[in-house]
Amino acid sequence: MGRQLKFNIFRYNPEDPKSVPHMESFDLEETEAMTLYIALNRLREEQDPSLQFDFMCRAGICGSCAMMINGRPDLACHTKTKNLPDEINLMPLPVFKLIGDLSVDSGTWFRAMNEKVQSWVHTDKPFDPNAEEEPMDNQLAEEIYELERCVECGCCVAACGKANMREDFMGAAAFNRIARFMMDPRDERTGTEYFEVVGNEEGIFGCLGLLGCEDVCPKEIPLQDQLGMLRRKMGWQSIRHLFSRLLPD
Amino acid sequence: MDTFYTDLLCIGAGLAGERVAVEAASRGFDSICLSIVPPRRSHSSAAQGGMQAALGNACMGEGDCPDVHFADTVKGSDWGCDQEVARLFAETAPIAVREMAHWGIPWNRVVPGTGTFYKGGKEYQKIEKKEKEGFITARDFGGTAKWRTCYTSDGTGHTLLFTMDNQVVKLGVKVHDRVEAVALIHDGQRCFGAVARCLKTGKLRVYLAKATLVATGGYGRLYRETTNAVICDGSGAILALKTGIVPVGNPEAVQFHPTGIVPTSILVTEGCRGDGGTLKDVDGKRFMDTYEPEKQELASRDVVSRWMTHHIREGKGVKSPYGDHLWLDIRHLGERHIKTKLREVDEICREFLGVDPVTQMIPVRPAQHYSMGGVRTNRDGAAYGLDGLFSAGEGACWDMHGLNRLGGNSLAETIVAGRIVGEKVADYLDGCEVTFKTELVRDFVRQEEEIISRLMAGKDGRENVYDVRNAMQDVMMDYVGIFRNATDLRHAVVQLQEIHERAKKVGLRSSSPGANPELALGMRIKGMVRLALCVAYAAEQRTESRGAHAREDYPERNDRDWLKRTLATWKEGDDLPTLNFEPNSQVWEIPPGQRGYGVSKIIPSEDPSVVGNGEASKAQEVPEVCKTPETPETN
Ligand SMILES: Cc1cc2nc3c(=O)[nH]c(=O)nc-3n(C[C@H](O)[C@H](O)[C@H](O)COP(=O)(O)OP(=O)(O)OC[C@H]3O[C@@H](n4cnc5c(N)ncnc54)[C@H](O)[C@@H]3O)c2cc1C
Ligand code: SF4
Ligand code: SF4
Ligand code: FES
Repeated sequence: MGRQLKFNIFRYNPEDPKSVPHMESFDLEETEAMTLYIALNRLREEQDPSLQFDFMCRAGICGSCAMMINGRPDLACHTKTKNLPDEINLMPLPVFKLIGDLSVDSGTWFRAMNEKVQSWVHTDKPFDPNAEEEPMDNQLAEEIYELERCVECGCCVAACGKANMREDFMGAAAFNRIARFMMDPRDERTGTEYFEVVGNEEGIFGCLGLLGCEDVCPKEIPLQDQLGMLRRKMGWQSIRHLFSRLLPD
Repeated sequence: MDTFYTDLLCIGAGLAGERVAVEAASRGFDSICLSIVPPRRSHSSAAQGGMQAALGNACMGEGDCPDVHFADTVKGSDWGCDQEVARLFAETAPIAVREMAHWGIPWNRVVPGTGTFYKGGKEYQKIEKKEKEGFITARDFGGTAKWRTCYTSDGTGHTLLFTMDNQVVKLGVKVHDRVEAVALIHDGQRCFGAVARCLKTGKLRVYLAKATLVATGGYGRLYRETTNAVICDGSGAILALKTGIVPVGNPEAVQFHPTGIVPTSILVTEGCRGDGGTLKDVDGKRFMDTYEPEKQELASRDVVSRWMTHHIREGKGVKSPYGDHLWLDIRHLGERHIKTKLREVDEICREFLGVDPVTQMIPVRPAQHYSMGGVRTNRDGAAYGLDGLFSAGEGACWDMHGLNRLGGNSLAETIVAGRIVGEKVADYLDGCEVTFKTELVRDFVRQEEEIISRLMAGKDGRENVYDVRNAMQDVMMDYVGIFRNATDLRHAVVQLQEIHERAKKVGLRSSSPGANPELALGMRIKGMVRLALCVAYAAEQRTESRGAHAREDYPERNDRDWLKRTLATWKEGDDLPTLNFEPNSQVWEIPPGQRGYGVSKIIPSEDPSVVGNGEASKAQEVPEVCKTPETPETN
């Protein structure tokens, strides 16, 4: 016999006028190697088919399944029940718009983020299909990959005090994305151009620096280093900005 | 009713769908992509190992070129592919990889100097050339003569999809995520778009388009054990079957991957074996070196999967509460290699199994992995049967994979086909005018409304949709798996026909408005069972063994009778698909021969247009271009 687990799950269906936000409890017997992916699917199939949550890869790769697990944002699919107490509280991520129960609209949020930081290589060079590729140092490629690993799960945003207070705060995932392109020699953006995107209160100057974000990132992306780097570089830019306004052209 | 008009409707925002949309958008056409999940979460993101393109930069890939890649692909397909398409693919792959580099992929690059690599558990040395420093490098994958698989650590699908979606954002292509297409709108001649359901609000919508693309990925979830993501239900093929006109090509061509972890079937990449990982049995002994002395663990994946199943059947499996399994051993690759080059694998083992691959072996067994079959198209990506309908990616049967695709060839297919089909779609859209008949649209919407209200009210019965799905998955796993035979397949077809009847009687238990996950599955289930029937029935008809399709009762590859592709359609009211057949290929650049791996007896073709000069016996020989060249191994 496995442990008897008690799940307290946030329930609310905004599409249903009769629905009000509340917590609902479910009992489930734990089985060997049980993850929240296995548990939630069993609850839906065996107890309440209307239960909403998101899984895709069920392998910690796609970032679909982030939720608040006993108060901490994490990917549900890689959370093993054996590491949790008998009573498990599940809430949707804050900050993002609720779709229903544990499901939030992270797609719309991240699309807006990608538009805002202009998340693509900016270059004037056209692609020449007949040419060889530009060489790149492998070490650099690996460093870019390190930051490219973000899966846009939203855990860092959910854990961020500032993002919870201020809707337009860009959040650590956006800062990390900018750092990724700043590191990439193929992107021809200048310091000033980056400054226009993040050199403000919605951006890096609004960041409280308490690093709730880094602690929860399931991909263990070194967010602290990126935030520090951005703050330094953008600090410099702001001084230059100031000077260029004081000095006549 | 919300109605959207666009030039191009892409059903699917994985790599293939987005690549087509990018091409159309850069030619100035308006496109909308639909996706069940946010685009960056599409299943493409889960691909780990890499994509093939004959760049020949790595020393172990020296001398590689599209000719060799083409030959590997044809051999891999067991001569089941369309050779014109495979040729086009191999020629375009290097361009596609470089274009992705231009858009920002941090491909791993050549580091000059001496390095070590492992093959079959032994350590070898290689020397990368100084003049290749910084060019895109490659790793070894099963079934290839050269190291040809370009990669970014083991998150290749992730970086490709993010970079592709960056282009989508840059070009302002609209993506409507959490929107599921449920029916193609057509008049029997031409496709006009699709009826879709919003998975945020539960409401139906209409998309009207001059051109419609199906890029919905594979149908792994027809099986109980699969490496595929939970939404890989075969939507695209289901949409095609629902038209009654558009055929699904080679549905029986289903590939199993040797290394799904036990339990959960999460994939660990072929890169593990490419980099030197070995397979071991209950006694801790290797076995692939006995079955396949030449290629060993790196024989093509259908061959490895089959030997693993065979070995388990011989009683050599490791017992576990989740059934028997074998071991994958990568311990000898060392901590540094595992933590940098196989990082995702390391994470998966630790997080999902509690296994540390640096010190422990990984429990694995074969699981469904790839769907070679899909919406049948011509070489331009235009679907058979309906004008204005296209398809690309895993959801299509373009058909460069035939009865077996090589690892690394499907990521490559998504961006290569995406590029080529994208151009053809844009050409099609040039000057294309179309009038939409409101009555036709209304009929298609009404049909879906009717389906929804019957399911919600339980008008046709009270079958539990999850029970029906589970029953289907069990039948597919147990009777339409890696080894197939007439008895099992007959049993499967009969069982699936019963399950099909049950699928018609599904009634929902929940009636909540909005997304309602039970309703989403309820709307799909009948189509899924029909697709499963296409797989099982076509597998029963194909009385030979070719590529991933292995018949115990017909072990030989029958080039005389089966150099042909299955085309499955479904007539409403029937309880079986209608099967037609067409030749695999119009062009036989490489006449059928031995693959060089896997046991294969061949019944030769007698068709002079296939074997050339009517000399059937020649077909038994390996053409020069196919011979595995000596790899320059030092040590
Ligand atoms: C675990 C794993 C690892 C792999 N590793 C490799 C590898 O290393 N190398 C390699 O070459 N290949 C690999 N593959 C295969 C490869 O990843 C896939 O074949 C490829 O990514 C498929 O891309 P796609 O664009 O065709 O489909 P997908 O990426 O699956 O995208 C399908 C899209 O269609 C959408 N969709 C589906 N149905 C509907 C509908 N009804 N309405 C609206 N939208 C819909 C989905 O939301 C999604 O956006 C791997 C596969 C798996 C399972
Ligand atoms: S360090 Fe900045 S981004 Fe991170 S949680 Fe704090 S305020 Fe948010
Ligand atoms: S930075 Fe980490 S926590 Fe934030 S979205 Fe990316 S993967 Fe998730
Ligand atoms: S389902 Fe993909 S990360 Fe959890």
